[in-house]
Amino acid sequence: MMDLLRRGYITAPLLGVLWVFVVATTVAVAMSFATGAAFRPSGVGALVWGVLLGFACLPGPFWKPASAAILIAGVTLAGFGPIVIGSGVSVFSALLGAVATSGFAALGLRIMLDEVELGPINRHIFEGAVIRFCTGFGYIFFTAIVLIPFYVMVLTSLKNQAELIQNPLDFSIDFSKGTELLRSYDELFTQFDFGVYLLNSFLISVLTVAITLLFAVPGAYAVARLRFRGRAAFSRSILLIYMVPMIVLALPIYIAFSMTGLRNSLGGIIMIYPVTTIPVALYMLQGYFRGLPAEVEEAGLMDGLSRLMVIWKITLPLSLPAMASVSLYVFMIAWNEFLLAFMLLDDPSKFTLTRGIASLNSSEIPRQHLMAGSVIATVPIMALFLGLERFMTKGLTAGSVKG
Amino acid sequence: MTEAVPPKGTGPLARIEARLAWGLLAPTIIAVALVVVLPLLAIFWISFKPVSLADLRPPEVVLREDIRGDDEAVGDQANIRYRLRNSSQEQPILDVSFTDRVPAGLTVTELDPRCTLEGRDLSCDLGDWEPGYRENLMIPVTIEQAYLDNGEGPKDSPAIPQGKASNVLTNATFTLDNFARVFDGDEFWSVLWVTLFYTVFGTIGALLFGLFAALLLNKSFKGQGILRGLYLFPYVSPIIAVAFAWILLFDPFSGSANALLIQMGVTEQAINFFGERPLALIMVTIFEIWRYFPLSFLFILARMQSIDTDMYEAADMDGASPFQKFWYLSVPQLLGILSVLFLLRFIWTFNKFDDIFLLTGGNAGTRTLTVNVYEQAFAISNIGAGAAVAVVIFGCLLAFSFFFFRFISQEEGL
Repeated sequence: MMDLLRRGYITAPLLGVLWVFVVATTVAVAMSFATGAAFRPSGVGALVWGVLLGFACLPGPFWKPASAAILIAGVTLAGFGPIVIGSGVSVFSALLGAVATSGFAALGLRIMLDEVELGPINRHIFEGAVIRFCTGFGYIFFTAIVLIPFYVMVLTSLKNQAELIQNPLDFSIDFSKGTELLRSYDELFTQFDFGVYLLNSFLISVLTVAITLLFAVPGAYAVARLRFRGRAAFSRSILLIYMVPMIVLALPIYIAFSMTGLRNSLGGIIMIYPVTTIPVALYMLQGYFRGLPAEVEEAGLMDGLSRLMVIWKITLPLSLPAMASVSLYVFMIAWNEFLLAFMLLDDPSKFTLTRGIASLNSSEIPRQHLMAGSVIATVPIMALFLGLERFMTKGLTAGSVKG
Repeated sequence: MTEAVPPKGTGPLARIEARLAWGLLAPTIIAVALVVVLPLLAIFWISFKPVSLADLRPPEVVLREDIRGDDEAVGDQANIRYRLRNSSQEQPILDVSFTDRVPAGLTVTELDPRCTLEGRDLSCDLGDWEPGYRENLMIPVTIEQAYLDNGEGPKDSPAIPQGKASNVLTNATFTLDNFARVFDGDEFWSVLWVTLFYTVFGTIGALLFGLFAALLLNKSFKGQGILRGLYLFPYVSPIIAVAFAWILLFDPFSGSANALLIQMGVTEQAINFFGERPLALIMVTIFEIWRYFPLSFLFILARMQSIDTDMYEAADMDGASPFQKFWYLSVPQLLGILSVLFLLRFIWTFNKFDDIFLLTGGNAGTRTLTVNVYEQAFAISNIGAGAAVAVVIFGCLLAFSFFFFRFISQEEGL
C-alpha cells in the first residue's frame, strides 16, 4: 500500500488534489469574509486541476508550473476552476480570488514536491513531501481557527444591526463613515459605564497581583529552601488545591457572602481572588527559587543578614524575571475571571469588565455592543501579553499551570 | 574519651529553621484554609441540609410604625400603629419583642396587655409567631402641647424588634433528600455521560492539536515568535469574550458560519449549532479543544526544544526516515509530558464550568456535573441539591488525584 503511494505519478497528483482543495477552501473563506461575496471551492474542480498541477509542479523547468497556474487562473475566471465565483462579484475580487488560488496552489506544490520524481521514490523524499504538505495545511488551519473568532468579534463591533442581518458574511468596512464606526464603543463608555468597569477590573487585578505576591513569595521561599517536617506533603497539597473546581467553592462562598453582607462589594472580591491564585504563584515561584544557587544566599547569611533580609536583598532581585511572569499570569487570571464576579456582583456600579459584558447579553441590547465590550476586555490583556510574551511563555511552562 | 556520634533528632538550628518556615507559610495556610478548606467542609454540611435559596435570608420581624388619626390639636385622640409581620412564610420566629420610645407630649391612654411602659420607654413582648404571621398593634394616645411644639413624631425614634429564628443552615435538621434527588432517575446518568464525553474528547483533542501545533513551530524561522503568540490567543483572552464571539459566529439566524456553509453548498438550511442534540455537545467539546490546545502546545514545545539533537543526528546517520524519527525518537521522549498533561487537563476539563455555562447554559444535552451544581442551586433554587452534586464532583476529584499522585510521582519525581 505504502509502496504504491511512493511513486511520483501517484504522490504528485494526490498531494496536488489535496493541496488545491485546501487552498481553494482557504481563499473562498477568506474572500467571503473579506467581501461578503459568493466564493466557494469546487470538489470536481480541485480534482481535475489538482492532478494537472501536481504533475506540472514536479521538479523541472520553471515554465511548467507557471503556465499551469496561469491556465488555472483563466479557467477559474471562466467558471470551471477549483474555486467557483458567484455572479455579481466585482472584477477585482474575482481576479484576486482566481490569482490567489492558482498562485498559492502552484507555489505550495512546487515547494512540497521538491525532489519527487515521476517514477518510484524513496521513503525520505516521500515523507518529506507529506510533511511539507502537513506543515502548510497546519499553518493555514491553526491561523484560521485562531483568527476567525477574533476577526468576527472586532468587525461585528464596528457594524450596526441592519448591516449584520442583511449579510452576515459581509465584514467589509465602510471607512467613509469615520468615527460613526466606533459608535458602539462610544455608547458603552457613555451609557453603560464601561469606564468604571475598566477601572474596577484594573484595580482588582493589580491588587490581586500585589496580595498574591505578598503571600506567595515567603511561602515559596520556605518550600524551596528551608528544611522542615512535612515539606513534601506541603508541596503536594498545593497541587491538590489547584484541582478543586471553582464552582464547588463558589457555592459556599456565595452563601457566606450573602449572610455576612460581603456580596456585592469589591472588597469581597479582593478577598477571594488572591486565594485562588496564591497556590499557582507559590508553585511557580518555588520552582524558580529552587533553581537559584544557594551559595549566594549562604554568603549573605554568613555576612550576618537575617533570612528575611536575604529574601529581600538577594533572592528577590535575582528572581525578577520569574516575578514578572508570575505577576503577568496572576493578572491574566484576575482580569479574565468570570464565575465569581458573575455570582457575587449585582450592583452595576461595582461590575468588573467580565461581569459588565455578561450584563450586555440580553435581547434588548444590540449584539455589536456585546462584541465591543468583548474587544474592550480582550485588547488590554492581549497588548500586555504580546508585549511580555517571553515572560509569559517561560512562566507558564516553569510550573505547570491551571487552565 | 567518649566516642563521637552523629547528633540525633532535630538540633536547635533545625528547629529555628522549621519555625521560620512555618512562619513564612502561615499567611498562605490561613488564607487557603479560610477560602478553600472551610468552604469544602461547608459543602459537605450543606449537602445534608434541606436548604433553598430563600433560606439564605433568615426570617426576621418586619416592623413599621406610624401615627393614625388626628394629631393637629391638643386633646386629639390618635393611635400609634405598629405594623408587624414575619418575613418568612415557612419559618416561625420565637420570643418576638420590640422596644420603642414614645415621643414627648403623647400620653398613652390605654396599654396593650403585652406591653409595658416605663417613663417613655415602651416594650412589648409578643410571644412566638407562626410563619407568615402579621398583626397591627395600636397604642391609643392623647396629643399634648409638647408634641405639637417638638415636631418629633413616632418615627424619629425607630422601634427595635427582636426575635429568635431557627436558621436551617445551623440547626440540627438533616436530610438525605438532596442525594436521593441527585442520583434519582436517568438524569444523573445522562449528566455523567455528558461529563465523560466532554472531558475525554476535550482532553485528547487538546493534546493532539497541541502536539500538531508544537511540531509546526518546533523549527526556527522568521515570524515564529509571532505565530507562537498568535496561537496562544484563545487561551489568554477572557473566556466571556471568546464564548460570545463563538455564539455569534455560529448563530442559526445571523451567524457567519451558517452563511458560509450555505453559500458553499455544504448545508441547505441553517444549523443550530449550540441548540441541537447531539451537535451542541460536540460543539462545546470543540470549543474546549480550541481554547486549551495552546496550553498543551506550549508545554509540548518546551519539552521538544529540550530534546538532545545528537540523537536525531545519529538517527540520520543510520538512515531513519522523518516518520521513523518522529515515531521512534520524539514520541517516546514526549510520552512523559503527554501523560502528565493528559492527567492535569483531564481533571481541569472535568472541573470546567464557565465554558459550557456561557455557550449553552447546560441546555441541549450539554449539562455536565459542574453546570448541574449551578442549575440545582440557582435555577431550581435548591442549594442543598447543588451542594450534593458538588460533593459528588469532589469525590470524583479525590479519586482522580489519588491516581494522579501515584502516577506523577513515578513520572516527575514530585
